[in-house]
Amino acid sequence: MTEPRFEHPPEEAAISYLADGHSLRSWFLTTDHKRIALLYLVSITFFFLIGASAAALIRLDLLTPQADLLTNEGYNRAFSIHGIVMVWFFLIPAIPNVLGNFLVPIMIGARDLAFPRLNLLSWYIYIFSGLLTLYVVVSGGVDTGWTFYTPLSSAYANGAVVATIVAVFISGFSTILTGINFIVTIHKLRAPGMTWGRLPLFIWSHYATSIIFVLATPVLAVTLLLVAAERLIGIGVFDPRLGGDPLLFQHLFWFYSHPAVYIMILPALGVISELITAAAHKRIFGYWFVAIASIAIAVIGFMVWGHHMFVSGQSVYASAVFSFLSIAVAVPSAIKVYNWTATLYKADIAIDAPLLFALSFIGLFVAGGLTGLMLAMLAIDVHVTDTYFVVAHFHYIMVGGSVTAFFGGLHFWWPKITGRLYNETLGRIAAVLILVGFNVTFFPQFLLGYEGMPRRYHVYPPEFQVLHVISSMGAALLAVGYALPAIYLIASLLPGGRRAPANPWGATGLEWTTSSPPPKDNFTEQPVVARQPYDYPLAHPASRDDG
Amino acid sequence: MNAVLRRVLVWAALMVLLAITLGAAFLPLGAARPWIAYGIATAKAALILWFFMELRREGGLVRLAAIAGFVWLTILFTLTAADYLTRFWTG
Amino acid sequence: MLVFLASEVMLFGGIFAAALALRLEHESAYGAAAHHLNLWLGTANTAVLLTSSLMAAIAVQAARDGKPAWAARALWAAVLLGCVFLAIKGAEYAGDLREGLMPGTAQAHFEGTTQHLFMNLYFIGTGLHAVHVTIGLGLLVVAALNRQARHDQHAVLIGNVALYWHLVDVVWVFLYPTLYLAGAR
Repeated sequence: MTEPRFEHPPEEAAISYLADGHSLRSWFLTTDHKRIALLYLVSITFFFLIGASAAALIRLDLLTPQADLLTNEGYNRAFSIHGIVMVWFFLIPAIPNVLGNFLVPIMIGARDLAFPRLNLLSWYIYIFSGLLTLYVVVSGGVDTGWTFYTPLSSAYANGAVVATIVAVFISGFSTILTGINFIVTIHKLRAPGMTWGRLPLFIWSHYATSIIFVLATPVLAVTLLLVAAERLIGIGVFDPRLGGDPLLFQHLFWFYSHPAVYIMILPALGVISELITAAAHKRIFGYWFVAIASIAIAVIGFMVWGHHMFVSGQSVYASAVFSFLSIAVAVPSAIKVYNWTATLYKADIAIDAPLLFALSFIGLFVAGGLTGLMLAMLAIDVHVTDTYFVVAHFHYIMVGGSVTAFFGGLHFWWPKITGRLYNETLGRIAAVLILVGFNVTFFPQFLLGYEGMPRRYHVYPPEFQVLHVISSMGAALLAVGYALPAIYLIASLLPGGRRAPANPWGATGLEWTTSSPPPKDNFTEQPVVARQPYDYPLAHPASRDDG
Repeated sequence: MNAVLRRVLVWAALMVLLAITLGAAFLPLGAARPWIAYGIATAKAALILWFFMELRREGGLVRLAAIAGFVWLTILFTLTAADYLTRFWTG
Repeated sequence: MLVFLASEVMLFGGIFAAALALRLEHESAYGAAAHHLNLWLGTANTAVLLTSSLMAAIAVQAARDGKPAWAARALWAAVLLGCVFLAIKGAEYAGDLREGLMPGTAQAHFEGTTQHLFMNLYFIGTGLHAVHVTIGLGLLVVAALNRQARHDQHAVLIGNVALYWHLVDVVWVFLYPTLYLAGAR
């Protein structure tokens, strides 16, 4: 870590947002985007634990080829809850609602989001829908998987399907409100001099994410409404006996849910751009390429949903088009990876925990992305559809990608958020543990899937057992890797934890010009931006030669 | 032009379009009928967006935001229809 | 506000996509089912809603011109027309119920699965739209009762309420050919 550059010590700064009121009321009725971010942080951690417990049950059950821990029904419920909680109550809100909520206003030099009360409302909506989901867990569970495919979900599934659908439906409003809030904030509240070309890439990726929030989520809402209506009053839009078409559900569902994958990964890409440039002390290679790639991913991401339906009876001609478009969406993703690598090339690199997370992210994202290309090919997809190959692929993107980036970002901005420094050595150990644990867990699943192990089965032929045992061992290692940061991050908050300077990483960006933790209004005086983002030659005279 | 008068004229145009689309629905136009119906609906929506919702006074960015939803719907419809229309090409 | 409206457009998008799929799969039966709807009531309602939209647009202009009394009058006119729309809609639903076209009721009987499904979509689509009309009416009433809004020459509140009302109108403009015109012969 480098020394802070110019700021006055924290004592002299305005009163920090953490010290501004200690009552419960000052937290639960706050409109401060930073406090709301912390409310989200606590709540998504809680949901992460629930999703992780379900995953632990799944991995334990898969240790043996027989069903000895869970019943068939129980297993179905375990993976459904794992998927639903992890997707809608952890991954989608994780980066935008915690890091995004905290950083978007600060990074553009605003005092708060455009609609602070709407922001608080969206947290309450999220919590309400989350509690409804918990009610489902205790009241009999749901066994449709997170995809709610018809006719299983509409005609056959037992359990609290409608309650789950309502919960997801309501959580959708929370994300729509967040999306609107971000878009308006980024348009209207930028500090003087903060032109579009000077926006940090984190902001660009959140802008792209917000577009998806606003345009995709309502389609999911109306689709789930139709499923609920079909269950409750027999409206048969998806029921072939009534002339409906179950495939229509898949069209509408994936029109939301494929972009939803980008909701989970785009903010992660933004985080990584920040981590890489800060660690390299260097300007990002090809700023506009990275920025526009975010928007391109958001737009093209809407046109590829059919690749989830290659074996569903969809027209083969439509499949061919979707296959082509799916391969096309890899281009902007690859541009980003290339630009990060080029940014690190010949740089003066500080190897801290955030960079280790960022490097793991790049490796895992490339592995996940390349297997994604394989899946986009019609012929290969037909072979591995609904096997562990697909499971491994999307865990590489969502867990290896999103969760790793979330941890990296949490470490990177932890000093800013809390004003405390965590134990750097333990941070590096955790980063390596997570990388190793992740690969031991999910790489064997590629092999399992290629050899024909189908997803969502808990009884399997004995020849798959070795790989399943390795995978479960890896999951245990991964659990340790995730638990470790929880310990040392919380420990840094205890009395006696080291105080963070305003700019512990020597990074550019408006968030590092204010104190750690920031004052209630983010800045003591209105910042004015006069430089490009990532203007490191100025911040670091030592690396001036890289031009 | 008087602002209120312009709005009334736009309204009159909307009414004329309504009459045309109603009349066209009874003509034996075959497969062209839905195209005409939706074409006129689009024209009406455009009039409402442009004059009533005052996009004519707004800048490019706001116009973009306003039509984004419609553009995305076009993606949804086109690719979904691509499936339904070609599903039975092969036996 | 416009971003929120784009979101609303997508909400109805799902319904329209369902109608599109149904129409593509059962071309002639779809038309036959649509024929049972009352085209004339649908047309009348289109005219009513378009006129109501005009009133909302005039209200915005009146507020801008510093004529608060006219703004209020135009808003109440828009509200009145919105109520007329709902009344016609209600009469239409009552007629559907009598003819046994309302799904889920005891006297419901359909000529085939497509008609059943079409009527389902019809009720979901127009029902969802009616909910939006009701919300829009509430907003219009709030705007009409708000003294400050009438005197605001930037017409911020009235302007946004009017935007919402126009959107409700646009959705109907597309529901009309999808549901009613498809059955004209």
